[in-house]
Amino acid sequence: MENQTCKGMRDLLPDDMLRFRHIEDKFRTCCLKWGYQEVKTPTLEYIHLFTSTGTLTPGMLGKVYSFLDWNGWSGERVVLRPDGTIPIARLYINNLAEQEIARLSYITNIFSFDETGRENRERWQCGVEFLGSAEAAADAEIILLAREVMHNLGFDKLGLRLSHAGLVKALVKELGLSPGEETKMVSRLLDGDWQALTAVKSAKPEIDKLLSSLLDLKGKSSGFLHNAKALSLQASQDIKSNLDDFITIATLLDSLGCNYEIDIKAITGFEYYTGTCFQLSLGGETVGSGGRYNDLIPLMGGRNVPACGFALYVDPLMNLLPLRSAEGDEPKVLVKAEDVTPEAIELCFSLAKSLRDAGYTTLFDFASQGKFDYCWSIVVPKKKSSPFTITNRKQGKQRRVVSITEILDVIERQS
Amino acid sequence: MSNSKDLPKNIRLALPKGRLLPATADLFNELALGFESFSNKTRRYRLHSVRFPRLSAKIFQEKDIPVQVAIGNYDLGICGFDWIEELLARYPASALIKISSLNYGEGNIYVTASSQSGISDIPGLQDKKDNWSIVSEYPNLAEAFALNLRLKVFSIFPIWGAAEVYPPEDADLAVLWGKNEKVITSRGLICLQELMPANAFLIANQGSLENKDLSQILACFGSKLVSKAQTSVPKELKTQVRAATPYYSTRAKEIKLALPDGHQQAPTSQFLKRAGIDLEGYAEDQLDRRPLINLDWAEVKVIRPQDMPLQVANGNFDLAITGEDWLRNHLYRFPSSPVTKLLDLGFGMVRIVAAVSHDMPVANVDELRVLVQSGRLTPIRVASEYVNIADKYLRDNRISPYKLIPTWGASEAFVPEDADLLIDNAQTGKTLTLHKLKSIDVLFESTACLIGNKGSLDSPDKRGKIDFLIRKLRAAL
Repeated sequence: MENQTCKGMRDLLPDDMLRFRHIEDKFRTCCLKWGYQEVKTPTLEYIHLFTSTGTLTPGMLGKVYSFLDWNGWSGERVVLRPDGTIPIARLYINNLAEQEIARLSYITNIFSFDETGRENRERWQCGVEFLGSAEAAADAEIILLAREVMHNLGFDKLGLRLSHAGLVKALVKELGLSPGEETKMVSRLLDGDWQALTAVKSAKPEIDKLLSSLLDLKGKSSGFLHNAKALSLQASQDIKSNLDDFITIATLLDSLGCNYEIDIKAITGFEYYTGTCFQLSLGGETVGSGGRYNDLIPLMGGRNVPACGFALYVDPLMNLLPLRSAEGDEPKVLVKAEDVTPEAIELCFSLAKSLRDAGYTTLFDFASQGKFDYCWSIVVPKKKSSPFTITNRKQGKQRRVVSITEILDVIERQS
Repeated sequence: MSNSKDLPKNIRLALPKGRLLPATADLFNELALGFESFSNKTRRYRLHSVRFPRLSAKIFQEKDIPVQVAIGNYDLGICGFDWIEELLARYPASALIKISSLNYGEGNIYVTASSQSGISDIPGLQDKKDNWSIVSEYPNLAEAFALNLRLKVFSIFPIWGAAEVYPPEDADLAVLWGKNEKVITSRGLICLQELMPANAFLIANQGSLENKDLSQILACFGSKLVSKAQTSVPKELKTQVRAATPYYSTRAKEIKLALPDGHQQAPTSQFLKRAGIDLEGYAEDQLDRRPLINLDWAEVKVIRPQDMPLQVANGNFDLAITGEDWLRNHLYRFPSSPVTKLLDLGFGMVRIVAAVSHDMPVANVDELRVLVQSGRLTPIRVASEYVNIADKYLRDNRISPYKLIPTWGASEAFVPEDADLLIDNAQTGKTLTLHKLKSIDVLFESTACLIGNKGSLDSPDKRGKIDFLIRKLRAAL
């Protein structure tokens, strides 16, 4: 039987990990500068953490990896973390609730079953959560932070699409559906089925007009939202206040010179969003998303703490990054022994330690096997009294040196 | 499973035991598929068609059929619509095609609650308390129901049977099969929702339907196929009638005891009689799931022995009489479970054996290991009702790699076509011989035993009564 990875799981090879760490490093450095502290939550959580808030759609809950824990006789199931934000909210409620403001960041894997087996079932995210502020400036802060991370990664043609969960929910409310149908409609929209909306006609023609203009048109500035508001004077207070909220953030982004597109469909998956939502894309591929979720923490039994956050999707970003060589290209040194005697090997190790202490990546080639990538090679003599042979690979120059100090000197001078 | 292209393409059918067997046998006689010995009284597991030489059939527990067809061991199968949906609820990508409803098989799958629980409709569930316990033989359907309803916190307890006796004390809801609402109501339950009909259904393996010529067989079904598409849109039921008088007392007694149904019922009732414990409604030929006991501090329910260790562990029962086999199967999975054996009762002895086909050239587990290591049996397919016992046995004996096939009874029918090794109980060994199997190892001997919840033993109020009961039972040994 072949030893394969489980369906939907993948290995990250050295080249993948160079990209992966590069993304992580840029993200982490950026977050620290903006005052976001890193946290990590466990891989296993109780399933009721995700069912009890009623904020993941049944479709998403049907795709979690759930199983019985070792105390499973109690009927309690655990899941492999299916979402990044809800565990952070739990962490905040359990440990940090006394803080007025918490800026947290995380790098985590999330697990979600995919029927086809072609998609990854384990995916990586870099995310931040800004807890404790209801200000529009907080929404702007996380959007700008996301843009800066992407900029530092070299992605400048970033697409930003804005939507508003509160507005979508307020619009659905106007369709005159029963509470059950309304929940189902929201679930369908969040699962990406926007056709569902066109099938339903509201009793109020104004709502239909507003809906179709939001569905068909893509605004490029807050002016679009002002226009929409002007056209819906008869709309419910709920719609109006959500539109106002949306306008505030769009106006703020306008003044910050942040380009965006208003696309009501730019929400997927998460019912916990209450306000402005956004998706980030590169060349048509969605590489991140986020939004405001003011009800999540109170729903989970915490205080009435407003919050917003985003996650960048590491897997598509890795594919878009150019292949990189190792960070900080300091010269690599290959150490060989002329003869593999205990004496020579001892000398190899002590030479390598000095080289590493001096900051050089040093590896051994004891049996002259395999191909190595290096700048310098040093042959350690059979006898301690004999000189070392040091070769600069690029220049093909070879010379003999007598001490470790001299070796360090040669490398430092020529690199 | 044969997937060689050179072999003549045999067509294999999986047919149901139990409630659908008589009507399936009638249907097959009518269709003239040539299974001459197939009747209501059939005791054989394997059938061969005299009309279509390439056609054979095997009889399974209904629940196993969708799985067997989906994994491609069988091309076609007949089973209840309920078991198809149970599989698809958890594994929607299964390679299983629903061909057509057949016009027999009664009943529906209902979501039920006790008529005394105060739950009368679905919205009532969403509003009230937030930790619902649900028992079911259909754990996947139960979970899908709970998720779709957005119940906030819930626990699903998979059980082997007797779901109707759990509410209200030992579960809030039971998802179960019932002939109709009237029958459910007569058991002191109310129906909250009708999830789906449980009629017989013809299914096919997707690959078989795409690559194999099944037309001759499908043509025989011809007129029996129901053209109307069957869907499983749940029907919410409005329950107006509430049971006026409880037919059992729900006054909580101090000690809750579970007694077994099935094979263990007769010896257990005899043993209890010897111990001077009188039960009204629990005898060799009589089964009331809530029998009355002549101890005023105890109440009794009759459930499946397989379910007892878990039900004692979660505190629904203080004590239970079950088999050592099921206790071990539980403890191997949950080593820190608060269930403990209190007394060996000595009766109902079975051996838990590892068995293989007569034709397999191994005499013991060491030879089996060598055979598996040689690569001629890779991975070895192991069928068992005792999933955790089988798992541990294979690990302990370093048999690897293996695939474990959980079964719901009649496991002996799996070997040799659908499994290579069987971990099963054997009383006399006659069943093994009858199915051309041989035992290569005895894992342990299992007898009936009294098990208890450690927490109950720690309670001073309960301890005295439990000790009293142990003394009585010990005297009858």
